[in-house]
Amino acid sequence: MHELFEHKADTGIRGTGNSYEEAFAECARSMCQAMADVNKIGAKEHEKLDLETKDLEELLVAFLNHLLYLKDVKGTFYNKFDLYITNVGGKWQLKGTAHGEKIDRKKHRAKGEVKAVTYHQLKVEKKGEEYLVQCVVDV
Amino acid sequence: MDFEKVEEGIWEAKKKGKMLVPARVFASDEIFKGIEQGAMTQLENVAQLPGIQKASLGMPDMHWGYGFPIGGVAAFDAKEGGVVSPGGIGFDINCGIRLVKTNLAAEEIREKLPKLMDRLFELVPAGVGEKGKIRLERSHLEELFRTGARYAVEHGFGWKNDLKSIEENGEMEEANPEKVSEKAFKRGMPQAGTLGAGNHFIEVQEVSEIFDGKFAKAFGLFRGQAVIMLHSGSRGAGHQIATDYLGVMQNAMKRHGIEVPDRQLACAPIESKEGRDYLEAMWCGVNYAFANRQAMTHWTREAFEQVFGMEAESMEMDVVYDICHNVAKFEKHEGKELLVHRKGATRAMPAGRPENRGKYEKTGHPAIIPGSMGTASYVLVGKAKGLKETFASVCHGAGRKMSRHEAMKRKTGQQVKKDLEAKGKIVKGKSMHGLAEEMPEAYKDIDEVIESVTLSGLAEKVSMHKPLAVMKG
Repeated sequence: MHELFEHKADTGIRGTGNSYEEAFAECARSMCQAMADVNKIGAKEHEKLDLETKDLEELLVAFLNHLLYLKDVKGTFYNKFDLYITNVGGKWQLKGTAHGEKIDRKKHRAKGEVKAVTYHQLKVEKKGEEYLVQCVVDV
Repeated sequence: MDFEKVEEGIWEAKKKGKMLVPARVFASDEIFKGIEQGAMTQLENVAQLPGIQKASLGMPDMHWGYGFPIGGVAAFDAKEGGVVSPGGIGFDINCGIRLVKTNLAAEEIREKLPKLMDRLFELVPAGVGEKGKIRLERSHLEELFRTGARYAVEHGFGWKNDLKSIEENGEMEEANPEKVSEKAFKRGMPQAGTLGAGNHFIEVQEVSEIFDGKFAKAFGLFRGQAVIMLHSGSRGAGHQIATDYLGVMQNAMKRHGIEVPDRQLACAPIESKEGRDYLEAMWCGVNYAFANRQAMTHWTREAFEQVFGMEAESMEMDVVYDICHNVAKFEKHEGKELLVHRKGATRAMPAGRPENRGKYEKTGHPAIIPGSMGTASYVLVGKAKGLKETFASVCHGAGRKMSRHEAMKRKTGQQVKKDLEAKGKIVKGKSMHGLAEEMPEAYKDIDEVIESVTLSGLAEKVSMHKPLAVMKG
């Protein structure tokens, strides 16, 4: 599940699921929702992901920032993800594929721009069976 | 946090806990009441950063941001272990504002405004995912990062004289593209000369009131005049530079023995390699934004030429001033060389400061403060008291009082457009959703914010401008 949450100047993005992979993917969908209608985006473009950081919080920030980079450089919104998150030798790795479509302002009902991902209100946690990740993005 | 009014328009919280200096807010009683606790806590957090001077400062448009509050000012001395923090500048490096004048009366252009806005919309790329009309190769962007607005002028975008009316003449000399990542280059290449989305805009205004005739004359402003205000920043290039170095600083802090209360305040000593590298890269972002606004000024002139059938020169479409809202720069204050961070704050250097050398030496430069969509904007001029109290800084706008989400619940974009049009203002936006987020009701009262600045003696009002038509990304 993904949702946007309140922040005075900016926007909070949150994803939950049954695994870190699901929660990260939902959080990315939430970020996409802050820019367009996430359900209007097709799966025509595919981008390989391969990121590594020293903790999970940074992995979330790196993952979302990479999607913003791809948005500008490839001109694409991404809304579906096949992700694999593993801990290898003390480092966290995210591998997989992001699926999306070239930005079509009308079709995607583009509404705003996310400039960057902040460490503000950043959370990566597991509560019981539920995984929750969130942060505030600069819009 | 316990703030006490120390004099009219100035509030102070004494230092406590890990704070190295007090926190000060510049606001009228009314504005002060509306500042949320989150922003105050952020001001207190900034007061803990190594080498901070005098006080952690909040402007009247201050509101809760990430790391630093938006509307925050902080100066650091390298000799006292002072730091540089990307969070104290923001992701949109040199998000800023430019004022362009004309010799036309607002009345003369009113009839053709719809046509003018259509032309502007065609000429200036705007909105999410919109690519620029300027095709930059990597080597071109390197030159642009190095020379800022001059690059744009040398490539046919605008006039040589424009450069004299830009903060730093539109060119941070120590910008070093070698410190900019390939990712930032790749994001910057397609976006040069684009307005962006969100709160960025081009607005045609009427100078509706002159408060100080002497300064207004020196700035080339008169009552009833049509002027243009342009708000944009460094686009993806700046966002990437900030993102890259926020990561660098996270890792550098441990090595430098710095602890901060919020990860978003990550920083490094000014004199460290990480600190210096960031400054040189950040100044490339500053230059990118100067060039960006320069290119859009050129197209704005073209739109006027096409619609009014006159040369831009004969309409005297000179740049009044162009100023940064998100930046850190070295400035001399009370004998010390300080790195002044302004995040959502405007420099307002009074007469006699070296920064005003040239055109505004005798008056001080115009400090341009845009209001929210549909409300007034102001031109101020800094006073000596501001120099002493806030390192010559004032507010950068009205400041949000309502979250975007809350705004969306109140009105649709269509309704916002309709309401503004009922007041005789033309609104053109790429996104109805964006218009709703930027509704005037979502912001503090600009008149009260400006009163706060004059009440605390930081600056004087020169002119007030009423919007006639606005283009939003």
